[in-house]
Amino acid sequence: MKELLSQKILQLKPSGIRKFFDVANEVPGVISLGVGEPDFPTSFHVREAGIQAMQSGKTFYTANSGLKELRKEICIYTEEKIGNRYNPDTEVMVTVGGSEAIDIALRTIMNPGDEIIYIEPSFVSYLPCITMAGGIPVPIELKAENQFRLTKDQLDAAITPRSKALILSYPNNPTGAIMEQHDLEELLEVIQKHNLLVISDEIYSELTYGKKHISIASLPGMRDRTILINGFSKNFAMTGWRLGYALANCEVMEQMNKVHQYAIMCAPTISQYAAIEALRHSSEDVERMKESYNQRRRYLYHELARLKLPCFQPEGAFYIFPDVREFGMSSEEFAVDLLKQEKVAVVPGSAFGDSGEGFIRISYAYSIAELKEALLRIERYIQRKREELA
Amino acid sequence: MERELRDQLLRLLENNSKLSSQDLAVMLGATVEEVANEISVLEQEHVICGYHTLIDWNKINDDVTALVELRVTPQGGDGYQKLAERIKEFPQVVTLYLMSGAYDFLVMVKGKTLKEISLFVSGKLASIHEVQNTTTHFTLTKYKEFGVDFEVEKVDERMVVTP
Repeated sequence: MKELLSQKILQLKPSGIRKFFDVANEVPGVISLGVGEPDFPTSFHVREAGIQAMQSGKTFYTANSGLKELRKEICIYTEEKIGNRYNPDTEVMVTVGGSEAIDIALRTIMNPGDEIIYIEPSFVSYLPCITMAGGIPVPIELKAENQFRLTKDQLDAAITPRSKALILSYPNNPTGAIMEQHDLEELLEVIQKHNLLVISDEIYSELTYGKKHISIASLPGMRDRTILINGFSKNFAMTGWRLGYALANCEVMEQMNKVHQYAIMCAPTISQYAAIEALRHSSEDVERMKESYNQRRRYLYHELARLKLPCFQPEGAFYIFPDVREFGMSSEEFAVDLLKQEKVAVVPGSAFGDSGEGFIRISYAYSIAELKEALLRIERYIQRKREELA
Repeated sequence: MERELRDQLLRLLENNSKLSSQDLAVMLGATVEEVANEISVLEQEHVICGYHTLIDWNKINDDVTALVELRVTPQGGDGYQKLAERIKEFPQVVTLYLMSGAYDFLVMVKGKTLKEISLFVSGKLASIHEVQNTTTHFTLTKYKEFGVDFEVEKVDERMVVTP
């Protein structure tokens, strides 16, 4: 059969997360810290808005770019958060999760052989989406000593005459890193000099702790060269609704809409109605969730420090990314061994790109009680390992 | 302690009073002393009025709970207050609210049997001079109390590992 299939797809590596899922899923009694979604269910009033939409028969397609009411709310929300104004008629598109927006953005900008620079470790979709769109992925390996932020020199070194765009994803999955205003400002010169587009995946934009999220699209000269991607999954605990959006200059958006129109038609209607409610009435819910994540973040960071696992202090999203190189195993071996011996599932850093090797991703989208139990097991495991190595 | 942090502390304790001062301090980004001091101040000020355990007694015994509506004719300006002070003294009364609407007090009463509660309501509550009438509702099943679901343990429905 294989000879009938696409070479490009056959050569694509399956997601490391998927592979690890298959292992973890077979272990009974597992405590998982491996989940990349909020533990909170969607707020009840948002669920009710979905039910209401269903009951009143909102079961038809919407406009390709999404319900006008929702696009307007997205523009109001975005202006409130980052100060940028977008035209709801021509510069917004509602997508099936942030994931679709990433795919659409890449397909819209790509000519064969274009190089797309992206950061690693990062979300698993960038590399395969670049490849599938016919581009050449150019990863930049971020360093723990730079707090997993992208530096000007690193970006500069990755540039070639074929560089087309830069994908940024902050707050970052899996590291929990953020980019502050001065970090982003440093990059502008390189971006503008080489006429790069930026695809900025800001799906965790609400989840920063202590420092306000800054969008690169809000910096001088960047609005029109940035495709800003966001969504409802993480910020509003709505993963299963599959709803995201993209914002961009109208010339870019017009072309993106064509891809979206032919591939997807429109995002799910019921979800769009629920999202309107989420944008209008969720600020308090978001604050409460954020408060809770922040408490768990502090707890986890404190506990990992106590266990003397080298670890960068995360400032966004809901992940922490400790270094496990002292145990002399690959991060995948470590994760599998921890799973087998203590029934705790964490995600090997290598699933997020080669530069994630040597790290593990721990999610704190779990209750303190669950984190406590998991940490007891992790402590037992690493003590045993250290004794074996000593 | 600043107000925002104090409110966070209270919300944490409201959900789980078993959290230690050490854990609370880490979670709030405060010192253990700050947390311990704040808690004792809140206790003294009677903002924290006690620490309870939510128990599903239905699994242990056949005790009975009733909600009793009282309509009263209070005497004088602080009549409700005086009456409340009297009613809340009864050990059978576990919760007492002054209400707006069709009746004045809502009294939650616990007892061993329906008969015991009935006798208490007719003998003790209805016989108070200011009480005009009573309506007693016996509870059948407790599904949720203080935000906690008494029926089922929450199951994590997320997949074990996701990106």
